[in-house]
Amino acid sequence: MSVIKMKPDSKRLDATFFALSDATRRAILVRLASGEATVNELTESFAISQPAISRHLKVLENAGLIHRSRDAQRRPARVEPKSIGDITAWIERYRDLWETTYQRLDAVLADEFKSRKTK
Amino acid sequence: MTTTIQVTTPSDREVRVTRKFDAPAPLVFDAHTKPEIVKRWLLGPPGWSMPVCEIDLSVGGRYRYVWHNDSDGREFGIQGQFLEISAPERIVTVETMDGMPGETTVTTTFEDNGPETHFTIVMQFDSKQTRDAALETGMTDGMGMSYDRLQDLINHV
Repeated sequence: MSVIKMKPDSKRLDATFFALSDATRRAILVRLASGEATVNELTESFAISQPAISRHLKVLENAGLIHRSRDAQRRPARVEPKSIGDITAWIERYRDLWETTYQRLDAVLADEFKSRKTK
Repeated sequence: MTTTIQVTTPSDREVRVTRKFDAPAPLVFDAHTKPEIVKRWLLGPPGWSMPVCEIDLSVGGRYRYVWHNDSDGREFGIQGQFLEISAPERIVTVETMDGMPGETTVTTTFEDNGPETHFTIVMQFDSKQTRDAALETGMTDGMGMSYDRLQDLINHV
């Protein structure tokens, strides 16, 4: 509703929406938000196969949500704060607006409920 | 302020918002479909008012909302059409934003749970272009980020 504009990167959003549309990937992201982890460590935490974890990491990496170091064999994954910032900023903005609106609705509902009961 | 709203992205063209209301479903339904009640709360961001709120609650019927920025006079509107109405549980509409391409299918459900209502609204954009236009409109800079918020966001499936 606000007309303050900021051009989102459409391709990036595609990848991000896709990445976040899966519950396991969201869970992996939450896990990585508390610290970096390797594929093996993630496989232990989640009851799914190593190839499946690798595929999820690839999707998250393509979306720019995580970064995996190239050097070591372990290749631990960690979250990419900038990308997550972009998508959460958008969702937070959206959520704040809706929440403000719905708090107003809460008051209206309480009011209506009272007046209906007394009718 | 306790944030009770949940926003998720079930697919790359959908945004889903869920929330509980401390009121029975028929009342929450009325609050979304009777103009005299809608006008009291669907006011947009602070500093905006809602001069136009017209709702023809019938299948094929139309609705029109316009918001007005009280300090600089900017206006923003949406218009839509009802595709499906089953009071007081579910409404499906298709809507467009003024000056924007594309259509958004909006499915609103009011799940009766005794004294409270579990409310869900799913916006399905007809294309990624429509989604991006909608996102652009709702976007602003200067938002901080935190992992707590991220966790909130992605915890809710």
